[in-house]
Amino acid sequence: MTFALRPARRLYPQLSAYTVVQYRTIKEHTLKNAGWERVIPALRSVCGDDGVSLSEAVREQHGRDESVHRCCPPDVVVWPRSVEEVSALAKICHHHRLPIIPFGTGTGLEGGVGAVKGGVCFSLRNMDRVLDLHQEDFDVTVEPGVTRKGLNSYLRDTGLWFPVDPGADASLCGMAATSASGTNAVRYGTMRENVLNLEVVLADGTIIHTAGRGRRTRKTSAGYNLTNLFVGSEGTLGLITKTTLRLYGVPEAVVSAVCTFPSVQAAVDSTVQILQAGVPIARIEFLDDVMMNACNSFNSLSYPVAPTLFLEFHGTENSLEEQVTVTEEITRDNGGSDFSWARDAETRGRLWKARHDAWYASLALRPGCKAYSTDVCVPLSLLPQIIVETKKDLVLNRITGPIAGHVGDGNFHCILVLDPDDQEEVTRVHEFTERLARRALALNGTCTGEHGVGLGKRALLREEMGPQVIEVMQGLKATLDPKNIMNPGKVL
Amino acid sequence: MSRVLVGVKRVIDYAVKIRVKPDNSGVVTDGVKHSMNPFCEIAVEEAVKLKEKKLIKEVVAVSCGPTQATETIRTALAMGCDRGIHVEVTGKDYESMGPLQVSKILAALAKREEASLVIVGKQAIDDDCNQTGQMTAALLDWPQGTFASEVTLEGDKVKVVREIDGGLETIKINMPAVLTADLRLNTPRYATLPNIMKAKKKKIANMKPAELGVDMVSRGPGGGSEGDILRGLLAVEQSSRQHGGLISSSRTHLHPAIVATDFHDSSSLKGYSETLSFTELIQPTGG
Repeated sequence: MTFALRPARRLYPQLSAYTVVQYRTIKEHTLKNAGWERVIPALRSVCGDDGVSLSEAVREQHGRDESVHRCCPPDVVVWPRSVEEVSALAKICHHHRLPIIPFGTGTGLEGGVGAVKGGVCFSLRNMDRVLDLHQEDFDVTVEPGVTRKGLNSYLRDTGLWFPVDPGADASLCGMAATSASGTNAVRYGTMRENVLNLEVVLADGTIIHTAGRGRRTRKTSAGYNLTNLFVGSEGTLGLITKTTLRLYGVPEAVVSAVCTFPSVQAAVDSTVQILQAGVPIARIEFLDDVMMNACNSFNSLSYPVAPTLFLEFHGTENSLEEQVTVTEEITRDNGGSDFSWARDAETRGRLWKARHDAWYASLALRPGCKAYSTDVCVPLSLLPQIIVETKKDLVLNRITGPIAGHVGDGNFHCILVLDPDDQEEVTRVHEFTERLARRALALNGTCTGEHGVGLGKRALLREEMGPQVIEVMQGLKATLDPKNIMNPGKVL
Repeated sequence: MSRVLVGVKRVIDYAVKIRVKPDNSGVVTDGVKHSMNPFCEIAVEEAVKLKEKKLIKEVVAVSCGPTQATETIRTALAMGCDRGIHVEVTGKDYESMGPLQVSKILAALAKREEASLVIVGKQAIDDDCNQTGQMTAALLDWPQGTFASEVTLEGDKVKVVREIDGGLETIKINMPAVLTADLRLNTPRYATLPNIMKAKKKKIANMKPAELGVDMVSRGPGGGSEGDILRGLLAVEQSSRQHGGLISSSRTHLHPAIVATDFHDSSSLKGYSETLSFTELIQPTGG
């Protein structure tokens, strides 16, 4: 059974056909001359018989991530065990013009691993070593199979941790590839600020170290910043096989707090003032009234149904007291109420439960439906405006969309809960997301704060960057990947 | 106020993929990440919690093994123990060291340190013996509260909620006592950098088993070296999973007796006593 490839003309094509799985026979892909009879044995000679799979189930598993994009299975999946094998496999693919799709944990949210033109999926999970931990220098190098929770577990005896925490337990190299971020970016930064060096395999098999082999300094002004060129490139410029990360000390003490506000404006004003006051706040998360209602229902809680801020402070015992006092004052001045805080792990967990379960609480609003998360980011001062306009849009178009946001970064997610089989709703939601993205762009913002461009936001990227910048990006792409085999169909 | 002795064991880190040595004599330990046994972490956390509640005065961490065991003691110190004791066991003695030897050492130390509680993890994740705590209690003739998921000091007694097969059992035992920590007792804290720095200054006493009057050799009933109680013979990797196979229809492959039975009619099940072997159930008939 084969289905024709549907060209991705719409901004969010994934919303038009959730459950169609693209079956394509091996013969159908772009390879015309050599034929798979030569390629498969070549791949097997590099990573062994067990390291190559043509099975349909395995290919399907590697053709989807946690987005709503339809599954695009690759033609073959390989499991290299070392950077030398990655390089050898890349050379084979380069010679035969086969697309290369890097695969970490498959937890992306923008369809980045879909093999839209078929090709070879490089599943890097067997390269899972933590290398070169330097405790006194606060750096460590990891391979793509190491996830962020895996690394923090490894580091648990050292008093160090890697704080970037996207929702999923993602591969750290994958997080570098998508320039991921988490709830404590407001204090610790995103991947962009915390990757010191990368080992990358280019489309033709060349292995490079973006900051030079073995270099792991906290700062550098040596040459072009290739490290940050590859961070966020989503596999379109090369395969990341090692990343050197900056580590931080585990906080001595943690305090969590929750506060309710009469309006979105009041909540964001408080955020701005807290940051201006110099409070080194670790997490500051916003949940709107719809979300609070959902969380109350889901967890049988009784939070006030109003815009709410969830805060977390890291520091020494003494500094925490000061941080909390200053913050409480600011929230009070902005009309905040019900300020509650907790020090011990159990109560903190209970306070933050609403925020942790936001995704599931949203899904529970309409059982049987799927959820899609938007990801726009604007300058802090413009956040109230965009949230208010967005909420009006949601109500007007009868869309279920509770809002949760990393308000300290100006980034918020609208969790759109919809019935994938209701074509009319799908279209309505699709158009909403287009309007939201354009609204953010009009406010000097970006269409994607942390999830990446992937399959669905390429047209938006063009609007966001402008034609000249896109040309520069395409020039870089053409230089590093002239045959366009690195994860085709993504980003540009 | 009292002193608590906590036994900690250095084991291969739980997240490491275990590999068997090529000669099948054991598992690969060289260059492999080691850390404190997870149940020992829980034991340390409980002891430190008791100290923070000011119910006990001092927590002493003990580990038996070669030099590397001191790393594990340092982690315990960083979590809040006051001082450590490293009982040095190396070479053949270390290879054959098992719960019996460790419990002899812990018993001797418990007496020497005048401990009112000995807390250990319920078992180690490398040998899964689940014997050290119990043997220590027996050697000391102390009561034991094993598989503890909740510990409350009540004067000179300890109330322990134990995890047992049927659920939870609550017992009250006299101190001094031996406790073994189960999973749900607490969530161990992470060692923070400042505490790791402070731990470097805490004292770790070094001693040999002989100084405690402990004989490390394990002898069988025959006496002499011929009767080792515990000796590892062979380490073999699990055989890899075989491929499954698809069968076209369950009906054609089931034993006729099952096909004939109406499982909705309970009367037809009464007296149904034919025992079928698995291979009989799935007959590769031509269907």
